[in-house]
Amino acid sequence: MAKVEFREVEGRSGEYYTLLGGLAFLAACGLGAAAYTDHVGHIITGMGNAIPWGIPHVFAIFLIVAASGALNVASIGTVFGKVMYKPLARLSGLLAFCLLAGGLSILVLDLGRPDRLVISMTHFNLKSIFVWNINFYMGFFAVVAAYLWVSMDWRLTGLTKPVGILAFMWRLALTSCTGWVFGFIVARQGWDAAVMAPMFIVLSFAYGLAIFLLVLMASSAWTRRPLGDAVVKKLKNLLGVFVAGGLYFAVVQHLTNMYATEHHGFTRFILLEGGAFTTMFWIGQVLIGSVLPMILVWYPGTAGSRQAVGLACVSVVIGGLSQMFVTIVGGLAYPLVLFPGMEVSSSFFDGVVNSYSPSIWEITLGIGGIAIALLMLTIAIKFLRFLPVDLSDEVADPHHRKIEAADSEVVAEAAEAA
Amino acid sequence: MTKRCPTDTVRRQVLVGASALAGVALTPGFVLMTAPKAAAKTASEAATDKTRWGLLIDTGKLDKAACDALVAACNAEHGLKPASRAEASAQWVRRVDIKDKTTGATKSLPVMCQHCENPPCADVCPTGASFRRADGIVLVDKHICIGCRYCMLACPYKARSFGYEPVSDQKPSSPHGVGTVSACTLCVHRVDVGGIPACVEACQGIAPGAMLFGDLKDPDSAISKKVSEIMVTRIRADLGVEPGVLYAGL
Amino acid sequence: MIRSFRLIAALIVGLAVSAGAYAGAYADGGVPLPSPAKATGATCVEPADIMRRNHMDFLKQQRDETMHLGIRDGKYALNGCVECHATDDPKTPAAVKTIEPFCGECHAYAAVKLDCWSCHTDKPATGSAKK
Repeated sequence: MAKVEFREVEGRSGEYYTLLGGLAFLAACGLGAAAYTDHVGHIITGMGNAIPWGIPHVFAIFLIVAASGALNVASIGTVFGKVMYKPLARLSGLLAFCLLAGGLSILVLDLGRPDRLVISMTHFNLKSIFVWNINFYMGFFAVVAAYLWVSMDWRLTGLTKPVGILAFMWRLALTSCTGWVFGFIVARQGWDAAVMAPMFIVLSFAYGLAIFLLVLMASSAWTRRPLGDAVVKKLKNLLGVFVAGGLYFAVVQHLTNMYATEHHGFTRFILLEGGAFTTMFWIGQVLIGSVLPMILVWYPGTAGSRQAVGLACVSVVIGGLSQMFVTIVGGLAYPLVLFPGMEVSSSFFDGVVNSYSPSIWEITLGIGGIAIALLMLTIAIKFLRFLPVDLSDEVADPHHRKIEAADSEVVAEAAEAA
Repeated sequence: MTKRCPTDTVRRQVLVGASALAGVALTPGFVLMTAPKAAAKTASEAATDKTRWGLLIDTGKLDKAACDALVAACNAEHGLKPASRAEASAQWVRRVDIKDKTTGATKSLPVMCQHCENPPCADVCPTGASFRRADGIVLVDKHICIGCRYCMLACPYKARSFGYEPVSDQKPSSPHGVGTVSACTLCVHRVDVGGIPACVEACQGIAPGAMLFGDLKDPDSAISKKVSEIMVTRIRADLGVEPGVLYAGL
Repeated sequence: MIRSFRLIAALIVGLAVSAGAYAGAYADGGVPLPSPAKATGATCVEPADIMRRNHMDFLKQQRDETMHLGIRDGKYALNGCVECHATDDPKTPAAVKTIEPFCGECHAYAAVKLDCWSCHTDKPATGSAKK
């Protein structure tokens, strides 16, 4: 396998500036929506006292989970020593950094008092899982930056493996804590489960890899740098495995709930009677988010096609957003059980499934966060050497020479025999 | 009969005298230690953990009208007005109607912040704005609340409300506003100067004996005596948060 | 080299002169010094110069004592400030008494945003009736 070169994207074409402008516009819209919400109050959003977290949090947590998973590709190369993944490490680290920045910006902008961010940086309640998350996120930025530095600075490449191991451990802790944001909430029927932490880890693998693969294919195509089938095939197969893992955890979560009579109400709600939530679960999370991608990446008829792989990645993203919606908003919509066994009603929406209609402001903020992440990425690849120049099979596939050599031997023998 | 030695007599007198003296000296101490606790807190004293404020609600004495009246009293005391969207209106106390699914029996009761001993809201608050005071009242320090609403997710009683739009003309003793979380304060501004919560005061007129407020750590308070006589329940007692609001008749 | 040096020197002198003229223009007719409204009470809890410098620290200390310890008779309580310092707003004739004409004057001059009145009422308890 030849040595892989990295080079900045030239970034002077009309298409580049269009992409940059479009992302900047979407980011500005998101910021504007947040500013207006801060000015007028959250009354203009669809969130209420029954459902205090909504679309912004769905997007934010999706991006944060995906950020941790995007680093996976680099970890496989650095920590587990798989040669084919090593050239992808820089882009993987950069994507992780950008996705986390995008997700956190949505969270911060949605706060009721975002002007008090300094207080949240200086007053820590160590019993709060939120605080653990904040510290892990800040540390993640530092660790990923350090990892990128030692990967890209030829004098420090000896440190790549130790820093890579630290980054890997860090993101396992970080994603577990993100799952525990919900897992630690004893009050809600749909959360309060230990399975949240490992489930979020496996989901992060799937979401992160899907976005990484999309970014890799798009950037290679748009910069007209070769991307061989060997890399794509490896990554898409891995994506299928991770999606299957995510589906397994969803099955475990709901099957377990179905056994305990105490949890029947919530399971019925998600699987059968939840209206929009049930639709999002079956169509969004299961069909589009899990079954379709697995078919696309493994069915021989579609497995070889780049378009099918790209569609699979997009499906995983849609499924991920649906899953976050069902988890977060569905968990909030299902009523709190104050009086088990009783029918309950009140003026404060006790005993009823709460409804949620997102407003344009929240949706704009969510999309703005994605735009911020991709904007950072687009600018970064122009100024630093993140993108490999050539990922064609000859360069990237460590088995390529052997196959060629074996083929040429067969040809030579055939020629002799003839 | 043996003649008593004069030394023994003197010794006996000294012993009796000393015991009497000791008794006289120590009795006030005994009396003090078993005497009832001093009266409620004054404005200049700090809250301490020698007190645990609690509420006892006798649901048998409350009907829908009484519950609505005490909710109205709370809203008036704190200047809570409805927001322009029903889901966004702050409700610090609410009337909850319950019906037994099998027997069909119904009841109405007020539910507010339960001022837990182990409040989940205080556990999850990232800045420590949601906190439990030493005397058991759970409050939101709106000066450091960043409005993340995580406490609203964590509260098992859905006791918390968020400020969705700017408010004006607040009551001087109940500051609350846009962007921060608020909840029942157990009328801490009244309790701190020796008073009782507005809902309890309203109840004294319309449903006497339905709500009792007092110090659960004071064995001589009316509430302590009552909860030792009757069986009380706590909403979601299984969670182990140890609410300070106790219900009778559930 | 010498030419550019002269050019730079001329630029610096020019800037200095215009800055002087600039400052001169604002000495009389720029942003006026604040004149906060007179309070209704007799004297403040602290002298004016001490208050001017330290009122933010007094308020912060008092808020923590009230919030976390329940001490409600502190002399720096915000409600106490509102009682004395709420006055009619001279700009609006039929206005209610608020503390805004008092706090707002200096805070606008110093460009320090006030956070208090989003939660605390700026009207005195004794009467929000019109003057």
